[in-house]
Order: sequence, then C-alpha cells, then structure tokens
Amino acid sequence: MTATAPAPAPEGQSDERLIKTSPLKKLLGRPELGSVVGAVAVFIFFSIIADSFLQATSLATVLYAASTLGIMAVPVALLMIGGEFDLSAGVLVTTSALVSSMFSYQMTANVWVGVGVSLLVTLAIGVFNGVMLTRTDPPSFIITLGTFLMLTGMNLGFTKLISGTVSTKSISDMEGFDSAEAVFASTISVGGVDYKITIVWWLALIALATWILLRTRVGNWIFAVGGGEDAARAVGVPVAATKIGLYMGVAFGAWISGQHLLLSYDTVQSGEGVGNELIYIVAAVIGGCLITGGYGSAVGAAVGALIFGMVSKGIVFAEWNSDWFKFFLGVMLLLATLLNHWVRKRAEATK
Amino acid sequence: MTDVTEATEAAAEPGRTPLVELDDVSKYYGNIRALEGVSLEVHAGEISCVLGDNGAGKSTLIKIIAGLHQHDAGSLRIDGEETRLGSPREALDLGIATVYQDLAVVPLMPVWRNFFLGSEPTKGSGPFKRMDVDLMRETTRAELLRMGIDLRDVDQPIGTLSGGERQCVAIARAVYFGAKVLVLDEPTAALGVKQSGVVLKYVAAARDAGLGVVLITHNPHHAYLVGNRFVLLKRGAMSGSYARDEVTLDELTRQMAGGSELDDLRHELESRTP
Repeated sequence: MTATAPAPAPEGQSDERLIKTSPLKKLLGRPELGSVVGAVAVFIFFSIIADSFLQATSLATVLYAASTLGIMAVPVALLMIGGEFDLSAGVLVTTSALVSSMFSYQMTANVWVGVGVSLLVTLAIGVFNGVMLTRTDPPSFIITLGTFLMLTGMNLGFTKLISGTVSTKSISDMEGFDSAEAVFASTISVGGVDYKITIVWWLALIALATWILLRTRVGNWIFAVGGGEDAARAVGVPVAATKIGLYMGVAFGAWISGQHLLLSYDTVQSGEGVGNELIYIVAAVIGGCLITGGYGSAVGAAVGALIFGMVSKGIVFAEWNSDWFKFFLGVMLLLATLLNHWVRKRAEATK
Repeated sequence: MTDVTEATEAAAEPGRTPLVELDDVSKYYGNIRALEGVSLEVHAGEISCVLGDNGAGKSTLIKIIAGLHQHDAGSLRIDGEETRLGSPREALDLGIATVYQDLAVVPLMPVWRNFFLGSEPTKGSGPFKRMDVDLMRETTRAELLRMGIDLRDVDQPIGTLSGGERQCVAIARAVYFGAKVLVLDEPTAALGVKQSGVVLKYVAAARDAGLGVVLITHNPHHAYLVGNRFVLLKRGAMSGSYARDEVTLDELTRQMAGGSELDDLRHELESRTP
C-alpha cells in the first residue's frame, strides 16, 4: 500500500502498480517448488542411470514405495504446518497393525472388528499426544518422544506377552480377511500393470489434505496455530482443538498404513517402524514445510515421498548397493532445504 | 493534578451514556498494586487517550477492558450497565476490540487470511463447507480501501507489510467485525514519524466512523493530535484526567516527561556542574 499519492483511476480492473506476475514468479512462491525441482532431477537422473527405471512396472514399484511413506508424510506435513512434531508416528503404524491383528486373533473376531478397534485405539493415542501437548508445557518433541518410547516398549512387551514371540500369529484364514485385504492391500491392474491400492489411499489423502488446508476454516487455523499461536488464540481460533485434530490426522494415517502392513504381510513384526518417523519429517521438509511451522503444503510432502520412492527403488534398478540410499536421502534433504530457503527469501523479500 | 474527579465529571456531557466507563477501578496482583482508583470514559466518536510511562499500569488497564483480567475494585460499565468481563471473547461480543502491540497477526499468512482469521465466512454445507475465498479477498480489499489503505496484493504475506500498514490492517479488521470500542495498545510505539502519521490518520478515521477509541500511548504529541480526553497514569494511579480544552500540549508533555520530578532532576544536575 502507499499512503501518499493515490494512484490514478486504473483502466479497467487491473492495478497498474501490480507488476504482471509471470507464471514462473508465481510458481517460485509455492512451497512445493523445491520438491518438484528435486523430483524432476531425481527422475531424470535415474532414467539415465538405470535402464529399467522407465518401465511401467518399475514406476508402479516406485509409486508403491512412495505411497506407503506418503500416506504418513501428508498428515505429518499438516502437523508440521501446525507447528508440531510427532516422533511417535513411525511406531504408531506398528502399534495400529498389532492391535488389529491381536484383537482379531485373540477374540477370534472378524478381521474388520480388529480393524475397527485398531482405529479407535490409534486415534486415542493421537488424542493423547494432542491433549498432553495442549494441556502441559513441554514441546511436542519431548512429549511425542515419550510416546515413541512407550509405544516401542509396549509393542514388544504386549506382543511377547500375548503371542509368546516378537511377531503376531497369522490371521489370513480368519473371517473378513479377504475383504479387508481388498481395501487395504490389494492390487489394481491398469493396462497390464499392477498398482497397489495404497496409491489410491495416498492420492485421496493428498486431495483431502489439500482441500482442508487451502479451502476450509480448519486449514486457516492450521496455518495460524503454526505461524503464530498467540495471535491465533487472541482472535478466537480454537488452538488446542486444532492441534489435537492434527495429531488425530497423523493417527488416521498410521491406521491406514498399519492395516496395509498387516494385511499385506499377514503377520506383524513388533519391532518395526522405529526410525520411520524421521523419514516422514524428511519428506515433509523436502516438500517445503517449515520446521518452525506456519508454512508448507500437502502436495509438497507427497512429492517428497515420491522422491523417497524414486531414490529407494532407483538405487535397486541401477544395481547399486542399497546402502547408499540414506546418503542420497541426506543429500536430497539438504539440497531441498537450501533451495526452499532461498526461494522463500526471494518470495518474501519485499517492502 | 489534584482535581482529578472534577475534571472527569466536567468533561462528560450530560445525558450521554459512555460506551465504556471505568469508575475508580483497581487491580491487584497479589500484594502488588497494579492499578488504583482509575476512572475513564469512552464515548462514541471520541478518542480517549491513556498516557503513562513504562510500568504506569497501561497494560493492566487494557487487560481489564479487553476481558483478559478482572478488576478487583470499582466498577466497569458498558453501555451504562455494570459488567465484569470474563474472557476476551465476552469483550468482543460486547463490541470491544483490542489491537495489541503484537497485532495478533500471523506474519507468514496472506493478508486476506489474516483479516478473517478466527471468523472465516463459509459457504456450502456438509463435507463441502468451505471458506468463501472470493468474498474474503474482495472484502479485505474493499475494507482496507474504505480505511484509505490501497493494498496492491491481498495475497502477500502480512509479514511483508510495514509496521504501520499491519497496524492499519488490524484496525480495519476490528472495525469490519463490528467493534464499537477500539482499544489500541501503543499503535505508534515502534513506528517512524511518517508511519505514525499514517496510523493516526486511520485512528481518526475509525473515530469518524463513530467508534469509541481508547488510545494507549506514551507519546503526548501523538495523543494531543487526535485525543478528546486524556488520562495520565503514574505508578498505577491516575495522576491527571483532562478534557481537550482543559489542557495544553505543553502541560501534557511536561507531565509525561516527569513534571516536578524533572524539575528536581534539573536542580540536581545543575548543582553538580561546576
């Protein structure tokens, strides 16, 4: 705005002080930019390096890897935009699968009953994280670190107590398994190529998260609690409810992910999931989420997950030692972060 | 300095109920006397200035009017009715909007999202209930224009605006959401001369729109430019209360600068110079 010298009446509707924003400049202002550039680079890189990378079946494998991660990365990104972390997200997936499996097995109930109970338990853990955070003072890093450790211990402890071993019993012969498998772990054939159903879940979550973030009141509140919690509270935003809701979103993702884990492998290893929480955060950060909250996008996190999928499978297609995967991921994270930082500086350098 | 209550009563026009009236209000935090015996009137279409140095009790006074704290003694009347505000929401519902120094804006969010934050208009129903983004953009632009702020792009993050512009957006927001009383906490404190002028113009615009304004400041020059009545706070107590025609800028400045204390200081300093 300018306080002095009112602009002459603009011709038509346009404002002459608005420099025609080129589509490129608009693009530069998007939080996803860094991740998209990275994704294209990784795609081209592996297309050249690995001959089999461009085959449809390979791409289906890449998308599958991306989707299993992306189902979690998208709600984790929303949570990060809301200014919080969830370090328990990785083991929560395992917890969700274990609850579902053991409930069905021990109660000899329909698999769907276990799936339903698991949803309630998983959401309850999300609520626990959210309520602990909003009712007490410590940062989410510490609180969810506590939940992470507790869940890790309970996953192993309860599984050994109930099953006698570190993995659950097979539930593939139980009632409802087939239909549950169809929902969470089936494959869909398109043009002769098999795609995992998790890709559909992933795309649906991206669409839902983007809708919520950009077009609903709740989305406005998520940006606000992450970007300025006190300001949000002062204008009447339900800060606590928004944060608890975000933790429930992560729990919902963990539930889908956990059910997929259980229904595609039939049994669950109780020690799984540790360390994945950081990969979700990596995907969200590659996707342009600010670690301090208030900025980011669901699509960006999904592209971050796609990069992860391309690198993890691309290394295999290139017949390299997969030990190099983490190295590549680290390079991607640093490059994407630097690029995002630079882009945001450019986008905000006004006044 | 002593004829405090007489001045206040003289300033009040008979037959007009103030929008907000504080009468002999006190506030204690434990054994600390944060505010004692402060009276203040806010009328529609007028600006009441509260002047005071750091620690004079300005913030406490704001918090009582904004509903963040409750007063311990005296009475608070809104539209003539004795009230005790339990929460900021309650104050807002009664038409009292407070613009704090931090402005309650989220720097990374676009101007239009900030403008409607917490009160977003929606359209559609059920799962398709969504923010009316077009309306929000248009209204933000139009409302700011009405206050005389011609914003180039309502999509820019509000953090990219200057301090004065942000202050104006916060004021425009309060006006749009039906505030009858606008409480401004040091709106010019961190601003340069020109920016301060811009903000004061918008404060005057809000007054002309019929709002009652409480302007908290430690700058007597700014206060005297726009104020209708002046309350001076000093160490939690009221050290003066004047209508505009009862006081000069020099007197206001002298009192704000410390008044008799300043004279003492001068004597002390002069006696030290050889």
